[in-house]
Amino acid sequence: MAGLDQFRIKKSERIQHLVYHLYAKLPEIEADRAVLLTESYRQTEGEPIISRRAKAFSHILLNIPIIIREEELIAGSASIAPRGCQTFPEFSYSWLESEFDTVETRSADPFYISEQTKRLLRDIHPYWKGRTTSELATSLMTKETIKSMEHNVFTTGNYFYNGVGHITVAYDKVLAIGFSGIYQEAFEEDKKLKVSDPDYVTRHFFLEAVMISCKAAVAYANRYAVLAKQQADALEAEAVKNLGYSSALSKRAAELNQIAANCNRVPEFGATSFYEACQSFWFVQMLLQVESSGHSISPGRFDQYMYPYYKKDLEAGKITRESAQELLDCIWVKLNDLNKVRDAVSAEGFAGYSLFQNLIVGGQNADGEDVTNDLSYMCIEAAMHIQLPQPSLSVRVWNKTPQDLMLKAAELTRTGVGLPAYYNDEVIIPALINRGLTLEHARDYSIIGCVEPQKPGMTDGWHDAAFFNMCRPLELVFNNGYSKGEQISIQTGDVTKMNSFDEFYDAYKAQMNYQIGLLVNSDNSIDVAHATRCPLPFESCMVDDCIKRGISLQEGGAVYNFTGPQGFGIANMADALYVIKTLVYEQKKITMKELKDALEVNFGIPDERTIFELASTVFTGLKAAGKEVDAATAAQVIATIAKEYMSHDYKYLLDMIEEVPKFGNDIEEVDEIARDAAYTYTKPLEKFFNPRGGQYQAGLYPVSANVPLGAQTGATPDGRLAGAPIADGVSPVAGRDVHGPTAAANSVAKLDHFIASNGTLFNQKFHPSALKGQKGLENFVALIRAYFDQKGMHMQFNVVSRDTLLDAQKHPENYKGLVVRVAGYSALFTTLSKSLQDDIIHRTEHISGV
Amino acid sequence: MTGRIFDIQRFSVHDGPGIRTIVFLKGCPFRCKWCCNPESQEFEIQTMLMNGKRKKAGQDVTVEEVMKTIRRDQPYYHRSGGGVTLSGGEFLAQSEFARELLMTCKEEGFHTAVESTGGLPFEVIERVLPYIDMYLMDIKHMDPEKHKRYTGRSNELILENARKIAAASGTQLIIRVPVVPEFNATREEIKEIAAFAATLQGVKELHLLPYHRYGEGKYEALGRPYEMAHIRTMTDEEAEVLLAEAKKSGLTCQLGG
Repeated sequence: MAGLDQFRIKKSERIQHLVYHLYAKLPEIEADRAVLLTESYRQTEGEPIISRRAKAFSHILLNIPIIIREEELIAGSASIAPRGCQTFPEFSYSWLESEFDTVETRSADPFYISEQTKRLLRDIHPYWKGRTTSELATSLMTKETIKSMEHNVFTTGNYFYNGVGHITVAYDKVLAIGFSGIYQEAFEEDKKLKVSDPDYVTRHFFLEAVMISCKAAVAYANRYAVLAKQQADALEAEAVKNLGYSSALSKRAAELNQIAANCNRVPEFGATSFYEACQSFWFVQMLLQVESSGHSISPGRFDQYMYPYYKKDLEAGKITRESAQELLDCIWVKLNDLNKVRDAVSAEGFAGYSLFQNLIVGGQNADGEDVTNDLSYMCIEAAMHIQLPQPSLSVRVWNKTPQDLMLKAAELTRTGVGLPAYYNDEVIIPALINRGLTLEHARDYSIIGCVEPQKPGMTDGWHDAAFFNMCRPLELVFNNGYSKGEQISIQTGDVTKMNSFDEFYDAYKAQMNYQIGLLVNSDNSIDVAHATRCPLPFESCMVDDCIKRGISLQEGGAVYNFTGPQGFGIANMADALYVIKTLVYEQKKITMKELKDALEVNFGIPDERTIFELASTVFTGLKAAGKEVDAATAAQVIATIAKEYMSHDYKYLLDMIEEVPKFGNDIEEVDEIARDAAYTYTKPLEKFFNPRGGQYQAGLYPVSANVPLGAQTGATPDGRLAGAPIADGVSPVAGRDVHGPTAAANSVAKLDHFIASNGTLFNQKFHPSALKGQKGLENFVALIRAYFDQKGMHMQFNVVSRDTLLDAQKHPENYKGLVVRVAGYSALFTTLSKSLQDDIIHRTEHISGV
Repeated sequence: MTGRIFDIQRFSVHDGPGIRTIVFLKGCPFRCKWCCNPESQEFEIQTMLMNGKRKKAGQDVTVEEVMKTIRRDQPYYHRSGGGVTLSGGEFLAQSEFARELLMTCKEEGFHTAVESTGGLPFEVIERVLPYIDMYLMDIKHMDPEKHKRYTGRSNELILENARKIAAASGTQLIIRVPVVPEFNATREEIKEIAAFAATLQGVKELHLLPYHRYGEGKYEALGRPYEMAHIRTMTDEEAEVLLAEAKKSGLTCQLGG
């Protein structure tokens, strides 16, 4: 295909080297940012928080060590060590200090931390006691909310411990007018204010903070210009010493001089070339992540806002496709240079050092025309060249998406890196309009993080606001609102006395509604904490309408505000509800009592967690009766329970459950229940609002939390054993979809994806043979398009054989570069914890019919 | 009208163009020693013992019941240029059921293909042919005696029918050769088949389907001996040599469906 051949561009050797050096060592935690932040905070006590944030940002950028890595063409590193990370004590810090000695050896996302760094951080941490967003958030939450989180019904840990991130700023604005232009905007707005205006104080200090931040960003870039120039001069001097001429040294010196020139020009001013545009983009992308620790800072429609610069230079003969491709590849490598340390539990939920920087290509413009261009293809080519998890590459698909773009994307899918993810314009655009976006804004959507759609440069979407485990409210129905002997939810009555499926289902909905209310309380508390303690002036200056309104994003400055907590476990709930409906109420093959008893003892299958759960209930009872629980009593209780436990045999029940039809097999009755089960989460949620004035909207995706949160969930009526992973996203339970990918896709398409406007996630796993040859690619593309015809929202793929993954578990040393799709993002397989690896291996693998 | 099938497989991409649903009909007049679906041979419903579990092979279904499953993947056929493939067993052994099923598929606008040996009287084939867009026909060997020894029947009728199907308008004929070591996996034998295929009117494609052992477990499940246990599968290199030989016929040739 001639059209596609022009985008088969050779990877330069430089890229090979950059990737090699990036992964040579374990990533490292650095203290510089935290130390500088604390210094600045100490000097600004008593000033408005927005000013303190801007001054701290500035202090950091003027003083943090900088480095230009060997052979780099794009400068700007947030850490000295490759893939290193800074810390953010203003959000939370105590977990890090308590994990100092384990963070290097833990299974998910280990980091090296030097004794010196530990000492520096230990010195500053006491300052932050009582000053963090997480502490404030906790103090704002109700008792009931905290209890539900302790009992793992939901977790809001992401924004509780970290910055929010999850944004796509107006990169195009910085490309066009630079930070000097944005400074000017703020300056003009400030001039309009009168000191007697009622909101003068808020606005003035915010605008001033924006101006400080813009200046800081420019100063930071200029530091790189100086450094590059110094290095260039040194190389030239060395070249002269080396008998006057060394082509390699002179070549690098020229490159460094170019870097110096670029960093003097951007991001202060508008970019005048494609190269400058690349450098400008990069400074924005990395500085956002120095200001706050939020992840999912997403480049968005990169192929669109970069295109004018590319086109102009290409037409003028200033660049070739090859030279442009090398710059793109350099950016792709840099996106993997950014990193973030999370607490051990969160690291399991976001495994794979992922920063979820979502970059999307293709799709339509505000006027509804397809705007796929050269860069759309070259972004896919870049992902093929570097074969690394970042950026999370996405492709927008609609009826007018060129088949060539689909085939190019399918070729990337076939390499097995789990990229790209495919998104359906035909669902997402109406879904966003339903949330109040204008048609033009909805058509210009991009994706944040894993799967979350929004209008770039105008939205504060809080897209990853919580994990809500839909299996836990079902457990609460069975236990009448109790968990581990404690009442943590409303009482919905004795489950064994519920006479109809409707009565049972109503109880489930009641538990859901109550817990969703608490989830909202948790998120809103954290929201207020961020607005109060960590408004972000730099980020805010690149999102409309913060400057016009004179308030930060965190206080509601964006045009569109949302909170998007994600529910997961749809497939388990669908299967569980269908089992109860048929076996208990319709066919009356088992009684509810029988099912309840079986669930309590994990269907008679010994499991430490279940025994501990039962024992805790007994202990709570004993304590309530005023009895002391000493070690001997505890041991006796546990022994009795274990014995009791083993005496039950519920294999017949598991066999019976296995025979009941399951979600993912294109069976109307089951799929209908799944659709409705999803509504028990998506519908109540959209009735709520956040402190920024925005609506709640549900997502249905788990990142990778379905594994750790599954480990905290008891046996469920669908036959899932205690502790087993919960189904990921809207995908069927692994191994239960037995009629192939079309049947599974049909089932999933029957869910209402429009209402889950914070994104849905459908994972399919293919054996590489299914995508073999041109015909394999074409059929694969047809599968995606047909799923989208039926109004599915998102699709992603793992194309790695089971044998390969099993071998990679056994011999990780041979598979250092093996990238797989986790959930909404890709990660290096060998960096994932064993349990998550197992979950990925167990996803149903579709081999095309033999 | 009911027919007897033993499986319906969705998302099949190897038996005809695009994404297809394959309906496997039960019963076959041949007894190919390498058959990878031994449960397809007997018309009677059988019980298989798979991994300690008893599984019924064969069920009686109406045309409408089969259509219900077929229709579910309509969006995928539409996007991929796919459709429905009848396989077996030998679908001609249930020709009236097959005819009605194919006719219904055509009425509803689905592309139809069959996988068949074509080894029944042409009068039977003639009745279904108007509803078949693509005929994937097995030519296993040119030597009648060897054909009989390995499949239970001679090949004269097959070769004669191949000419007649080729001459029929409206049905695209593709020749497929299961390539089985010891039976026909030599350059000479493949060359003869390809030469014959090249003489068929309108035939442009030939598929070589290398023998695989996926069926072995099913013999055990049926309590039957697997007569091909001593046969090894071909290497990719050996298959490529035969492919090169077949290509000399001037036909477009490929390995696999």
